[in-house]
Amino acid sequence: MDAIILQTLNGLDKGSAYALIALGLTLIFGTLGVVNFAHGALFMIGSFCAVTLSRILSYSYEIVDDTRTDFLGNPMKVDIPYVHSWFGESAGQTIIDWSVPLAILFAIPIMLFVGYVMERGLIKHFYKRPHADQILVTFGLAIVLQEVVKQIYGANPIPTPAPPAFTGSLDFGVWLGFDPNTIIYPYWRLVYFFFSAIVIAAVFAFLQFTTFGMVVRAGMADRETVGLLGIDIDKRFTMMFGIAAAVAGLAGVMYTPINSPNYHMGMDFLVLSFVVVVVGGMGSLPGAVLAGFLLGILQSFASMNWIKDILPGIDQIIIYLVAIAILLTRPRGLMGRKGVMED
Amino acid sequence: MLGLNRKDTTLLIAVAILTMFAPIILNPFPVDSAMAQFNAGYPDLMQRFVIFGIFAIGFNILFGLTGYLSFGHAAFLGVGSYSAVWMFKLLSMNVLPAILLAVLISGVFALVIGYVSLRRSGIYFSILTLAFAQMSFNLAYSVLTPITNGETGLQLSLDDPRILDGAGSAGSLPVTNLFGLEMRATETVNLGPWSWDFSAGYYVCALIMLAAFYLSVRIFRSPFGLMLRAVKSNQQRLNYTGLNSRPYTLAAFVISGMYAGLAGGLLASMDPLAGAERMQWTASGEVVLMTILGGAGTLIGPVLGAGFIKYFENIFSKINDNVLHTWFAVLPDGIEDFLVTIVHPFVGKGWHLTLGLMFMLVVIFLPGGLVEGGQRIGRLFRRRKGKQTDAEADASKTPAE
Amino acid sequence: MGILEVKGVNKRFGGLQALGDVNLSVTENTCHAIIGPNGAGKSTLLNCLVGKLIPDSGSVMFDGQSVLGRKPFEINQMGISRVFQTPEIFADLSVLENVLIPCFAKRDGAFRMHAVEQVSSEAELRDMALHMLEDVNMADKRDHHAGTMSRGDKRRLEMAMCLVQKPKLLLLDEPTAGMARADTNNTIDLLKKIRDRRDITMCIIEHDMNVVFSMAERITVLAQGTPLVEDTPDNIKGHPKVREAYLGEAQV
Repeated sequence: MDAIILQTLNGLDKGSAYALIALGLTLIFGTLGVVNFAHGALFMIGSFCAVTLSRILSYSYEIVDDTRTDFLGNPMKVDIPYVHSWFGESAGQTIIDWSVPLAILFAIPIMLFVGYVMERGLIKHFYKRPHADQILVTFGLAIVLQEVVKQIYGANPIPTPAPPAFTGSLDFGVWLGFDPNTIIYPYWRLVYFFFSAIVIAAVFAFLQFTTFGMVVRAGMADRETVGLLGIDIDKRFTMMFGIAAAVAGLAGVMYTPINSPNYHMGMDFLVLSFVVVVVGGMGSLPGAVLAGFLLGILQSFASMNWIKDILPGIDQIIIYLVAIAILLTRPRGLMGRKGVMED
Repeated sequence: MLGLNRKDTTLLIAVAILTMFAPIILNPFPVDSAMAQFNAGYPDLMQRFVIFGIFAIGFNILFGLTGYLSFGHAAFLGVGSYSAVWMFKLLSMNVLPAILLAVLISGVFALVIGYVSLRRSGIYFSILTLAFAQMSFNLAYSVLTPITNGETGLQLSLDDPRILDGAGSAGSLPVTNLFGLEMRATETVNLGPWSWDFSAGYYVCALIMLAAFYLSVRIFRSPFGLMLRAVKSNQQRLNYTGLNSRPYTLAAFVISGMYAGLAGGLLASMDPLAGAERMQWTASGEVVLMTILGGAGTLIGPVLGAGFIKYFENIFSKINDNVLHTWFAVLPDGIEDFLVTIVHPFVGKGWHLTLGLMFMLVVIFLPGGLVEGGQRIGRLFRRRKGKQTDAEADASKTPAE
Repeated sequence: MGILEVKGVNKRFGGLQALGDVNLSVTENTCHAIIGPNGAGKSTLLNCLVGKLIPDSGSVMFDGQSVLGRKPFEINQMGISRVFQTPEIFADLSVLENVLIPCFAKRDGAFRMHAVEQVSSEAELRDMALHMLEDVNMADKRDHHAGTMSRGDKRRLEMAMCLVQKPKLLLLDEPTAGMARADTNNTIDLLKKIRDRRDITMCIIEHDMNVVFSMAERITVLAQGTPLVEDTPDNIKGHPKVREAYLGEAQV
């Protein structure tokens, strides 16, 4: 029993990331009809927004501290971050420690801008081109973005810690009446799950309750008719692309403490997120979220030892097997509408 | 000749001449000159030209003719490499059985994966092939370690049985050969300041590529090829014309998978090791790029694309800041440093950035690839000439087939 | 007994009864028209005949065999060819290649792995295709890119592709829809020529009454998924039920 709860919890954070990326992919596919292979790169850029902010905040100047000496006996040189001198040492340090959550504010405008530039500068010209061309050009873009990041930040993963308040683990089992240390769950993963839930809820609320969202939903259902109503659907779709980029970026920002950002993380997540979208149903937002969590949890269960003893390697391929089975038996996915890309 | 029309025969002969004289053509600069860094006539690099040429020719049979975009073809390349290395370990260091097994096994893999993937079309097909390739890649890294030797990669070892070769020479690993002709055997010819390497391995690969190219020309001009082009153009019409598109696409998929397996087998024959990274989806993306860059659906395009990318990969990766400084040395210091800074991200380790940019530029501006680019330039020249001499030439020109 | 026998065919889409108990019998080597107001189920019926849709109940017999449950390519191999409302051709291929493909289908069946033979050495099929192109006055366009031609040319090409197979039954879905007047007249002349050879059964859906009354020997009127009447063109012209069906549509 405790093992089941533990694996479900373990699957939640990966599932959240899948769900957030898949949500953006689906928004873009549903509204613009474009298959975006560069979406994983947006997730990666989000992560590096967090890295960048934490570097900016830690930006220091050097002073000579006469009271202390280094091992050669000379007065010690100490790096003082600028934020320390502006906000005082303790407040300044808190700001540095909280750089990952703060990066949310930093990343939103950046991601919106990146999304805007991508859509206006590139994707727009591919609406009428075949899907193969869309795949290819966004694939090329993904390579470029990841290589640019590699040039700037290097090839090694960059550890970016969570705020100290969240570094420990929660002994979840005690709450449920199990023995201590049977179900322990890092705080940050819990934060990540709730954060994802809020973002997902916000996106759905936005689409459900605003006129903007209404038009977008109508556009997803029938683009031409909405166009005929004299609504400038293109402008809204551009914004939708920006929002999808921001969602992927935020997923990346908050994921940094779980997985140290590296330049190829986008590609790794992208393949899986595509699989998630297919399982959930191309063009179905609830499907993407559902499938994201489902597959995250499934993967977590498949990596339990006794399952791996029976079916070695199953944790590596379970997601692909599910996707293949779904595509062959129910091509529109779990919640896909009939007729959307069904052949 | 050989059952081809005149145009195709000319093309085939041109390709044959180019590949046969490649060791000379690709080393145009004297060894000591500053330009020697642009030489590409090393056996190792030339082998990669033709091997990836085979890979791209096969991919083009699927993507160029039917329009089905597979993102998992590297899996077949990897399977081919593993099969070949196993043949070297168990049977003999002769490359022939290794290559045959590589083609056979990858064909079986392609049959299974194709049978499932081709039940869907469009992006679903792409994602299915991608999923299969990633699955193979993950399995090769983990569970299949007894067969693939995991992260280290599959290599020869001294205590391999090698039934046909009998007791090998003790102490050193045997080398691959074709009935005694060692693949690494190289004849170096020096002529004045020039130096050319004629490698046995390269010529084996080149002859196989010529055969593969000839076969692809035959397929392009066959009724089967016509049906494949019809699949790309209008699958619904094809079905209502009494033709079952599925076995046609499956046959194309298997053939192109076997080409990939052949390429994988040859890679292992030139250098007997196989690793899972050959199956990664970025490797699949690379063959897509070769085909598009050269010109999907054209005969010569994939060969050009493969050569182009492998050449620039080699040259660009070698250029570092020192080389750049010597290039721009004639310029004033400030400008020199500035230019080096600008160019730096695109060369050396930044080769992939250039590759990605090229990918985008080709898809955006030149969807027909280098072949179409060449045709456009050709037309431009013809038109200019036409204007100077007489205007009639333009009018009499019939639209291309 | 007609060559095509449709008995008690029903088809529902959700709550909509698209076809309700349709019976139809087409006599061999005649031209049979199916007319009716928009949404009468004409195209649905045609789709049931060629395997695009499968009826919920009923039977469709062609030449003594059931077509139900067969795939489109199998039905074509039985001898039914179809001309679509918007011409379906191989737009990326040349005109000659477009006509060659059905020739191969006719000779070699649904699949044959002829990968090493060359198209250019199939002299017999080539002659057959060229002959067909002459028949539809398109021999001069044999090397044209099919996708760049006018709609009328595309329609004639599509008909050539169907006719070259020498089908027993030719289904035509609004063959003159969206065509210029001159093109329409050309198409009617072509269709008449085919009909008067008396070696092919034609089943035609059409809105243009000029076309229908100059072509058809029997006419079935469909309304709301069921056949109202079936009779000769002369009797249909003044039939009160037919007028009601069409006028009813006009008043809505």
